[in-house]
Amino acid sequence: MDALNALILLLNYIFVPALAYGSQLAIGAIFVTLIYGILRFANFATGDMMSFGTMIAILFTWYFQSIGLTLGFLPTALLAIPFAILFMGLYMLIIDKFVFKYYRLNKSPPVQLAMVSIGVMFVTQAVVRIIIGPSDRRFFDGEKFLIKANEFKEMTGLNEGLAIKSTQVITIVVTIILVSTLFWFLNKTKTGKSMRAYSDNEDLALLSGIDPKKIVMITWMIAAILATIGGVLYGLDKSFKPFTYFNNMLPIFAAAIVGGIGNPFGAFLGGYVIAFSEILLTYAYKKFFMYVLPESMEPDGLIQLLSTDYKFAVSFSILVIVLLYRPSGIFKGKIL
Amino acid sequence: MRKNLNVIAAYSIMMGLIILVGIFQSWNIALSIFNLCLISAVMTMGANIQWGYAGLINFGIMGFTALGGLAAVLISVNPVQEAWSAGGTNILLSLFLIIGIVLAVRFVQKKYQKSKIRGYIIAAIIILGIIIIRFVSEPGIEAIEEVNPARTGFLGGLGLPIIFSWIVGAFFAGGLAFVIGKVALGLRADYLAIATLLISEIVIAIIKHEDWLTRGVKNVIGLKRPAPYEVNLQETEWFINLVEKFNSGNLALISDLSERQAALNQFVIEGSSVFVKLCYSGLFLVVVIILLILTQKALYSPWGRMMRAIRDNEEAANAMGKNVVKQHLLIFVLGSAIVGIAGAMLVTQDGLFTPGSYRPLRYTFLIWVMVIVGGSGNNFGAILGGFVVWFLWIEAAPIGLYLVNLTTAGLEDTHFLRVHLIESVPYFRFLMMGIGLLLIMRYRPKGILPEKIEIK
Repeated sequence: MDALNALILLLNYIFVPALAYGSQLAIGAIFVTLIYGILRFANFATGDMMSFGTMIAILFTWYFQSIGLTLGFLPTALLAIPFAILFMGLYMLIIDKFVFKYYRLNKSPPVQLAMVSIGVMFVTQAVVRIIIGPSDRRFFDGEKFLIKANEFKEMTGLNEGLAIKSTQVITIVVTIILVSTLFWFLNKTKTGKSMRAYSDNEDLALLSGIDPKKIVMITWMIAAILATIGGVLYGLDKSFKPFTYFNNMLPIFAAAIVGGIGNPFGAFLGGYVIAFSEILLTYAYKKFFMYVLPESMEPDGLIQLLSTDYKFAVSFSILVIVLLYRPSGIFKGKIL
Repeated sequence: MRKNLNVIAAYSIMMGLIILVGIFQSWNIALSIFNLCLISAVMTMGANIQWGYAGLINFGIMGFTALGGLAAVLISVNPVQEAWSAGGTNILLSLFLIIGIVLAVRFVQKKYQKSKIRGYIIAAIIILGIIIIRFVSEPGIEAIEEVNPARTGFLGGLGLPIIFSWIVGAFFAGGLAFVIGKVALGLRADYLAIATLLISEIVIAIIKHEDWLTRGVKNVIGLKRPAPYEVNLQETEWFINLVEKFNSGNLALISDLSERQAALNQFVIEGSSVFVKLCYSGLFLVVVIILLILTQKALYSPWGRMMRAIRDNEEAANAMGKNVVKQHLLIFVLGSAIVGIAGAMLVTQDGLFTPGSYRPLRYTFLIWVMVIVGGSGNNFGAILGGFVVWFLWIEAAPIGLYLVNLTTAGLEDTHFLRVHLIESVPYFRFLMMGIGLLLIMRYRPKGILPEKIEIK
């Protein structure tokens, strides 16, 4: 019984939250990696682009709520996502046309494009803050829990409860659908294959008749989908605040590089590597050992490897270690 | 003279703008803008040495600034005796343990051939060391943090004049840069940018949460000053006489004696804060000028020529027998040390150390906007960038308000769009920075004052 309790404890506090957080990071990391692989620059506007997409989704959610349109037990924001993606795609294409295109055609070095993306970051941040303001917003509606801790305790008769938030399930389900569609698209369709070819060797791809304009446009559209969905899922699970979105850029970068930048599958797994190590290393295991060990050996400290304040620092340290010992990432991305 | 005309013109316009602020808003605001412009200029000089001279991207400016600030605290605050007696030995012991671990790792690295077993041994030493350090330091840290937590709760500093911290801050930042450089300088440009950005976040996390060293988010306030205090000035004879002399014209207009005394008091209060700010300006100006002379000398020296050669063609420079790795490390340390000076100056001016206020947007990306806008590779350009961008950053809100009023003049005062826009005026600074950066990158990629190298 104690072993079961310990297992539920780990599930409740580590596995489920880390899986949800990892999925959100993974989507962002695929976004970074796609831009890096095909447009060839580190996009410092990642976090702010995600917050822009989320902002539009929130505006649509409010509109739907005001006309009384809801999805019942599901959050209304899911209904707003397709519309938000349309606007986000438009925004991305406008940015590309007025900002990035010039440098791409001039074949500027990646560093210059990265600097330009900092300019885009400032502008996007300003637009988001001017339209919706810098405050913390929750836009989740519908049923909050799929399984409540108390219900679970009654059902199973265990000491530990397992609470599963519906947003966590939505995050995981949406991520699975989105990522599998994306991999199917990249690996099986003709457009996806030409995108990979373009990423692999630009000149050869151009020689074989691939239209770069089309590739770039599709990349931005996919980026818009990823940014919006990733942002909305994070906002539903936690809350929407432009500043946190900007900060989320850092673990997302870490995930993309740990997985091997330019490699979408690596980025996907990188998200979970970062999320799990963050939560595993900062969780206090006292209660877990109380269940597992006999009473005489019970620990008196918290048995916490690092205090939760260092949550971000954990992912960055992992990144630094990976960069040192395996610069191309765990799953062999582009060579540095 | 003629060829420097654009430099002189740009600086006179900038000075003119600051003087205009002084006339139309107040001299207090103008001087505080000017002081922060000078600090920003020091930071941009540091970033410019790395990026403009050598082409190294350092997105960790925030971390080095914070270390400089930490130096100001550790140098100037009086030592907390109780805390030292409560947990000082544990902390010192941990410090020796850290040195011991580093030495042990170096020893293993030197003594044995590179192999898997050596890797495991090193990992074991580090992990074991960390566990031992935790056991040693934990009671000490707890004891220190329990000593009068509302007022101290940390070890304190050395109690020296805060000016020394400018040099110590440089050493702190340079030391960290040496470690980072050893680790990360081999990476390609954009990876280096990301790596330094993340490492600076780690530095901030440590400063924020190691309360025994820095008081963390409880902040350290009331640091010593290199300049006189306003309150003392207001009671000093010569200062009151000085203010009276300056404002004699205005005072003569007032006939009533008690009213004249009240007016004089007002002038003295205003004058004292202006005077203190002027003191800071003088100190900062000295630092900026010394650094400018040194960096200019370096730029035109054979060493500067070599750095440019390395920047423009690393392989060719390598083939000519220049040690690229070593020079990169050197310039990374030098530039970061300058940023460390700026960090200490910033804390000195504010008189308080707030770890929570170090944000990458303000301390990393804004500094980079300054370097790019001003002109990378040109010290005068970098300084000008610091001035222009900081000026806009502060004055963006008034300018934004003016623009909003202008564009929505047709709407009523209570119209929701107008109210909303006026509420969001503070965020116009981000918009201005972004658009400014994008325009400069597109139409004047070398900055306002581009790099100009003449062979002398």
